[in-house]
Amino acid sequence: MKPIKIAVASGKGGTGKTMVATSLAASIQSQTPVQFLDCDVEAPNAHLFLKPEIYQTDAAVIRVPVIDHHACTACGICVQGCEFNALAKLKGKIIVFPQLCHGCGSCTRLCPEGAIHEEPREIGTLSIGVTDTGMKYFGGKLTISEPMPTPIIRQLKHKVEYEADSLSILDSPPGASCPVVATVHDADFVLLVTEPTPFGLHDLKQMLGVLSQTGSPGGVIINRDGIGDDRIEDYLKGTPYSILMRIPFQRNIAVGLAQGELLTDWLPEYKHQFQELFRIIMQVIKGEMISL
Amino acid sequence: MTTNKQVTKQCVILSGKGGTGKTSLSASLANISSQTLPSVFIDADVDAANLALVTGAKHQETHTFSSSKLAKIDPALCDPCGICFDVCRFDAIRIPSNNEDPYQVNALLCDGCAACVYACPQSAIQMETQEDGKWFHSITSFGHLFHAELFPGGENSGKLVTEIKQHAKNFADNNNVSMILIDGPPGIGCPVISASTGTDLALLVAEPGVSGVHDLERIIQTLEHFNIPILIAINKADLYPQGTQTIRELAESRGYEVCGEIPFESKIPQAMMQAQSITEFAPDSPASHEIRRIWEKVQSQLFGHLGDVE
Repeated sequence: MKPIKIAVASGKGGTGKTMVATSLAASIQSQTPVQFLDCDVEAPNAHLFLKPEIYQTDAAVIRVPVIDHHACTACGICVQGCEFNALAKLKGKIIVFPQLCHGCGSCTRLCPEGAIHEEPREIGTLSIGVTDTGMKYFGGKLTISEPMPTPIIRQLKHKVEYEADSLSILDSPPGASCPVVATVHDADFVLLVTEPTPFGLHDLKQMLGVLSQTGSPGGVIINRDGIGDDRIEDYLKGTPYSILMRIPFQRNIAVGLAQGELLTDWLPEYKHQFQELFRIIMQVIKGEMISL
Repeated sequence: MTTNKQVTKQCVILSGKGGTGKTSLSASLANISSQTLPSVFIDADVDAANLALVTGAKHQETHTFSSSKLAKIDPALCDPCGICFDVCRFDAIRIPSNNEDPYQVNALLCDGCAACVYACPQSAIQMETQEDGKWFHSITSFGHLFHAELFPGGENSGKLVTEIKQHAKNFADNNNVSMILIDGPPGIGCPVISASTGTDLALLVAEPGVSGVHDLERIIQTLEHFNIPILIAINKADLYPQGTQTIRELAESRGYEVCGEIPFESKIPQAMMQAQSITEFAPDSPASHEIRRIWEKVQSQLFGHLGDVE
């Protein structure tokens, strides 16, 4: 079977994405080996729960232009060609603003003098590790003060070998903009974790808007069930998405997570629920179930 | 400065980790500040904007935000040679399944760099400006709010944050506003940097626990890089006392003050369900008391003794 990618996203932050992604991965690892990708590179936390042993760390880079000022005639073609204002002509000299550069390579290709070459600039790290249960872990991390998480997510996903039958679980960043799209765009299934509050619903709608563009199937998990009302299920009635699981608000869950415990170790009764969730997701992916 | 005109102070509320209570705290501080000094509010979490939901916002002005550009291939002109695919570093060009068919752009992945436009020998590709979202100037129960909605999957959230901050600043300058309070986005990247730029104080909302501490450290380092003064508030402080102690120790070791510890209270989600801040919904609750204490610290940090003026 083709490689499978399941992404866990939410819109709103702090709804329990990492709890769900790590619990799902840990629950099924013994039957189906998992490759876990922490794509929340601004605030990566999955490693705190999975506790992988990291055996390789590489730089995540953007290839930025370097100007050979002997060859440069300061014609300004590179400046005009840059959509991100990462190059400017100042006092007859071309200067580069590396933090604005998206690394598209246009300036290098456009320069009529061949005066530009590219050098990698590190904007984060890509770590690979393995947990004590044999789960493969891939984690990206944005360097402090760097603005762009998306290239790191892209490079992290390129690090993984998606062999036939492989199963990857991707922990997405919050929000619904480009870093989230970079994480979920090619997912076979997107699990949306929300909470039954006005904030949860508002941000869930943003994520359903993303899914309507990517075309991925998805389902909803209500976390902290009981703190709000029925607005999520009422809203979902008019959509192709349904609620796959509810996790009640319990002080004890919050205490376990705060200590870095996997939910499925802290409260082992959840293991079966996540295995069942996985079974349903796989049925949808395989097309055995058209609608949930 | 010899003029009497007050300089507007800016305070941004951040957390690193999402869902620690930034917006609930922002709404409460907006509520309290509206009783003491003229303030303007910004919701800078433009991909998951929630402050309007708890401040009774009524749109006064709606504007479109157009910033990003997308490549568009004219199928009639496409050769199809595949050079666009070769130059694209964002995996945004789709190879046609049939060799004779034109190439296509995956709009979700296009970064807007125009590399394909320059490279196409047929000049079959053009850039088109996209509408990325909308921004609003609204009236709330507490004063003027500048906020935005980035369309799902949208780009340039940082630019949109910068844009609404500029409009809020202009409004503040023309209306003798003392303070701009900014409800920030999660994370440490581009929209956080935009939300923090030019602010006088960052109030960090930390949550006890391994994730909360890890992300608190990252946001502290980010703000230190940009030289922005920091105050730390702990939310859900009683949920995991050991974790709260870890945050206190972290704050002390870095030389920052923990200006308040908000207990977990079921009234906080209840207030949100009623579209209210906790300080309106339950003004005598322990959480509200603590939030007023946080406000005193924020005020004195921003204004010194001037903050005592009612």
